[in-house]
Amino acid sequence: MQIEYFKLIDRIVDLKVGEKTIVVEAQVPTENTIFEGHFPGYPIMPGVLLIESMAQTSGWLLLALMNFERMPFLAAVKEAKMRGFVTPGEVLSVEANVLHEGSGYAITEARVKVAGKLRSNATLTFSHIPFPNPELRGHMDAEAKRIGFPQQALSHD
Amino acid sequence: MSSTFDQVATIIAETCDIPRDTITPDSHAIDDLGIDSLDFLDIAFAIDKAFGIKLPLEKWTQEVNDGKASTEQYFVLKNLCARIDELVAAKGA
Repeated sequence: MQIEYFKLIDRIVDLKVGEKTIVVEAQVPTENTIFEGHFPGYPIMPGVLLIESMAQTSGWLLLALMNFERMPFLAAVKEAKMRGFVTPGEVLSVEANVLHEGSGYAITEARVKVAGKLRSNATLTFSHIPFPNPELRGHMDAEAKRIGFPQQALSHD
Repeated sequence: MSSTFDQVATIIAETCDIPRDTITPDSHAIDDLGIDSLDFLDIAFAIDKAFGIKLPLEKWTQEVNDGKASTEQYFVLKNLCARIDELVAAKGA
């Protein structure tokens, strides 16, 4: 997890395009300036970053479902619940599934687990548009490689 | 069975917290009811689920942006309901 660059996902563990599900892994850094303020002497991962990790996980799933032809953008967060603290060094398992695919938008359900226990969950709405420029598309391709995006997943097997 | 309009009006009232009795077939979702694009996604989701269709929001938006259609054609509720009925009929055809 590179919080400074908002790269919260380390690797894709499982991606099932047919079932419209994804599981990724993300390790919270042991040290980060964020923890100096949130909170002094009691460092915990901010809830907004847990939501962002679920959004990024959902985003990779939607990118796969749209064959990397369109870019999803977070539009709404509903029913977000922080069910337990996440602390430095913990390894997150973030799961997402598609609840609905509409015209130009999609809704996902996502969960953050640590050692199998639910720490956070949310329902997220995304709008999606064709990639606005080659630079962003190139960036997402590079990120896909970094996190081990399975290219064979795009065959919809 | 309730009419398409009744179902859509109920969805809008519940989704956007708008008093049901202020919603009429001639209401314009944007101009009269003040529904913005993000709220309309929630409404579209509820309509898609309720009617088993997929409202072509992108196509409609493109047509409006290109000047090929007016917002009234899609967002005045009686017109929206007519589109929904067409989509439902097409699904069953």
